[in-house]
Amino acid sequence: MSVDRASPPILTIRGLTKHFGKLDVLKGVDLDVLRREVIVVIGPSGSGKSTLLRCLNRLEEPSAGTIMFDGRTITDPGVDMNKVRKDIGMVFQSFNLYPHLTALDNVTLALRRVLGMDKAAAEARGRAVLAEVGLAEKAAVHPGQLSGGQQQRVGIARALALEPKVMLFDEPTSALDPELVGGVLDVMRRMRERGMTMLVVTHEMGFAREAADRVIFMDEGEIVEQGPPAQIFGAPQHKRTASFLARVLHR
Amino acid sequence: MNPEPHGLLYYFFNFDMMAQAAPEIMAGFWLTLGMAALVVTGGTALGLALAVVRAFQIRPLNWAIIFFVDLFRAVPALVIIVVVFFALPFAGLTFSPFWATTISLILVLAGFSEEVFWAGITAVDRGQWEAARSTGLGFLETLGYIILPQAVRLAIPPLTNWVIAITKSTALGSFVAVPEILSQASSAQSSLANPSPLTFAAFLFLVIFAPLVMFTRWLERRYGWRR
Repeated sequence: MSVDRASPPILTIRGLTKHFGKLDVLKGVDLDVLRREVIVVIGPSGSGKSTLLRCLNRLEEPSAGTIMFDGRTITDPGVDMNKVRKDIGMVFQSFNLYPHLTALDNVTLALRRVLGMDKAAAEARGRAVLAEVGLAEKAAVHPGQLSGGQQQRVGIARALALEPKVMLFDEPTSALDPELVGGVLDVMRRMRERGMTMLVVTHEMGFAREAADRVIFMDEGEIVEQGPPAQIFGAPQHKRTASFLARVLHR
Repeated sequence: MNPEPHGLLYYFFNFDMMAQAAPEIMAGFWLTLGMAALVVTGGTALGLALAVVRAFQIRPLNWAIIFFVDLFRAVPALVIIVVVFFALPFAGLTFSPFWATTISLILVLAGFSEEVFWAGITAVDRGQWEAARSTGLGFLETLGYIILPQAVRLAIPPLTNWVIAITKSTALGSFVAVPEILSQASSAQSSLANPSPLTFAAFLFLVIFAPLVMFTRWLERRYGWRR
């Protein structure tokens, strides 16, 4: 499915700023995310890409700026973030699966406690989503008995089960052994084909090149350059983009 | 058959003497068992409750909890028992020796167990909070479904040590004349001029604590999972 350019953006970010003490991590980011768009955010470590993602569901509290999500300004005081967050899925670098629960219970907990589904309905949807990420037979297994790649796919299933309107991926493959990266990226490609809106922070340049509708290069808390992958990788306009790409692509 | 006088068996494993002292010691046993049950459940429940309140990070409440915890960890249990029994009546609060001892030990165990539960809560990775909150779970739900099950499991082994150490202090009740096992046994020892009742008392302490240890081992397995 292709990017929905007719509807208003799902996310409208204006002047997003975050500082930790005296350190400015985000220096006024403006960004519109369209429905069904896949945006890959690249940049050196410390460029603020993870912080940008974590501000979008306010796991990190923005210092200034506004975020409008699906027509609502979620940076306003008094917004019930628990309601907003069920529509914004998040996948973490370190998976963060609940180690005391089975794969299925990892997925169904929020279905039951946040969406209020009954046990049977939650488990039916949980099993269906685990099947989507290729882990139907691992439903009863605890995270400790799964490989890193399988754990991350359960992490994706946990977010996906809530049927979010946008998914945030914070370096989803950075903690994986190289041979396990492919399986996770495959799942993300399938989500793209089904029209999921995705914001992906990653160092997987191959994935950015082939799956992104738009690539954003961030450095020192700002969006330096953005555009279609062919442009960013083929003809970067900015010196900083070019030198970053030279460093990561010619390793 | 009476053991040969002046031998080890005569002094420490003299079943005649044990039998003579048995009624008083058994009365003490039930009393100690009651105190132990109250102290274990009351102390760990209060400790867990305080740790949960502390998780809310409300500053004045946190200071109060830390003060409470440090006080009851620092002051010897015997001093607390004596204060509760002899000093609180001046403030209009009068407790029987049994309750003065039990309440004091509940407070001491609450202090230690709060610290153990709190350490467990802070030891759970921050990513667990973030993952749960990112799915829309609230603070309390995250605490209840995600953080506490992991924190309690981490807390069980160190907690077991404190539970046993502090529950054994029920013997301190003898200072305010609680007729628990040890005080019954030592008065029987004086009147019989034979320490066998103490051996019997030691055996009864084992009867109380062996199941407790087995229970916590079971708990560890029950809430265990492979990482």
